Amino acid sequence: MKRIYVKEEWCLGCHLCEYNCAFANSGKNNMAIALKDKPIFPRIHVEGKDRITFAVSCRHCVDPLCVKSCIAGAISKKDGVVVIDKQKCVGCFTCVLVCPYGALAPDESGVMQKCELCLQNACGEPACVAGCPNRAIVYEEMEATE
Amino acid sequence: MKRYVIVGNGVAAAACVEGIRSRDRDGSIIVISAETHPVYCRPLISYYLEGKTSPDKMDYRPADFYKKNGCRVLYGTKAVGMDPAEKTLSLNSGETLSYDALCVAAGSAPFIPPFKGLDTVRNQYTFMTFDDALALERATETPKDVLIVGAGLIGLKCAEGLYGRAKSITVCDLSNRVLSSILDEDGAKTVQAHLEKHGLRFLLGNTAERFERNTAFMKNGETVPFDVLVLAVGVKPNVALVKDAGASVGRGVAVNEHMQTSLPDVYAAGDCAEGKDISCDTRRVLAIMPNAYLQGHAAGVNMAGGDETFDNAVPMNAIGFFGLHLMTAGSYTGEISEEKTPQGSKKFFTENGLLKGFILIGETQRAGLYTSLIRNKTPLADVDFELLRQTATAAAFPTGTRANMFGGVV
Repeated sequence: MKRIYVKEEWCLGCHLCEYNCAFANSGKNNMAIALKDKPIFPRIHVEGKDRITFAVSCRHCVDPLCVKSCIAGAISKKDGVVVIDKQKCVGCFTCVLVCPYGALAPDESGVMQKCELCLQNACGEPACVAGCPNRAIVYEEMEATE
Repeated sequence: MKRYVIVGNGVAAAACVEGIRSRDRDGSIIVISAETHPVYCRPLISYYLEGKTSPDKMDYRPADFYKKNGCRVLYGTKAVGMDPAEKTLSLNSGETLSYDALCVAAGSAPFIPPFKGLDTVRNQYTFMTFDDALALERATETPKDVLIVGAGLIGLKCAEGLYGRAKSITVCDLSNRVLSSILDEDGAKTVQAHLEKHGLRFLLGNTAERFERNTAFMKNGETVPFDVLVLAVGVKPNVALVKDAGASVGRGVAVNEHMQTSLPDVYAAGDCAEGKDISCDTRRVLAIMPNAYLQGHAAGVNMAGGDETFDNAVPMNAIGFFGLHLMTAGSYTGEISEEKTPQGSKKFFTENGLLKGFILIGETQRAGLYTSLIRNKTPLADVDFELLRQTATAAAFPTGTRANMFGGVV
């Protein structure tokens, strides 16, 4: 399946991916209306130290620990994509405790959210990838031992 | 065609079904369920009382789970005996089942100490099952004074669940601190103060010596009147079935990293099983949901002739009370280092160059990075632990590690 891959040597640390993500998942069709003067809750975030920066989002693991650990049965894998049923999530944070990538964080209401590759929103493919000015985030098929 | 039998119908059992079916689509699976509900999310019973979830959302798996996986579920049924030589299981219904591979995922039951006068208390409850939650819901239809015996995970989650339904909540515990199984003294103080701010009253280092109808007579001479009593002292693993059959049993049913018990073709998983905690190299019952799934799944795969090991179990808990989130994992041994922030505190325990455990209070971002350091026994010399202590970030890992994490299929 196609996944998001990050090339830190190309990352400028511009955080545009965070804004594109928050906008793509806002349900609004104007970026200014969606994001201006509000704290944003993107499903991808940029980390780094010194001169290194890189974007972190769900790896859609072959064998996802979050799915096995969710106490609410709210996280599952559908066609290779790890998805979260926000109606079922009770915000216990167990997935945060187990994800080795730090890819899950709560939304503004305390319910957990994660990257679902923009397959469920109007974008249809990852907005972070489409908007990355230096192609530091790519969306492609990679050989795997699945 | 292989015949699989699973005793229990909780998360470990569901995981066992999924483990079996990942290898074997044809064998027959019989699930023996003492409770009369399809597998549900047990830890959500407090959220149910709180009104944060509803029965339809508490199902652990979709409604067609058993049908799709070709399982026959015997609801309201208990296994009362087994013959490991004949590979048969006798049920309380009188039926006898033969198995080729058996998984005991029988869970645990509330431990109720022999309190004097407990039989005179009419409104007494435990808090383990969905039916317990329903009973407590009925008992608190009008606001009541609630006494909870036990300030552990179950007692405090019950307190939070009942918070909006109770006139008052008093929690007592023989231990001198709350959540004594997962918190140290400092952490317990912080959490207790937070709970007290919300109006919970604690009687610690103190417990009921006897009961008389609606009054508890405490060890320190105090009397506590109550309408509703919840007994949350502790749990005991359901081991009788396999113990009587001669299996090796400690506090729980002893299992190896393949979830095999000492009896041939008998596996165990979940809250009744006792495996190795790698953070302290000791056999322990780790009654937590991630373990239930991981053990159950490994058991299922191996029952079906596969080879799945689960050999990096550590205790870990993510739990929140009134908006304060706590995360703990591993063992609290070795050197302590602490980071305090305006949001909370992070305490780390390191020994022999490894992270052994942590206690995070109010500062839980990306804590899975810490958990994975414990589970993978990552040498701290290989990472920038100084940075990690402040911020859980993969920036503290070597470039090559990061390239694998974010640039490859994982």
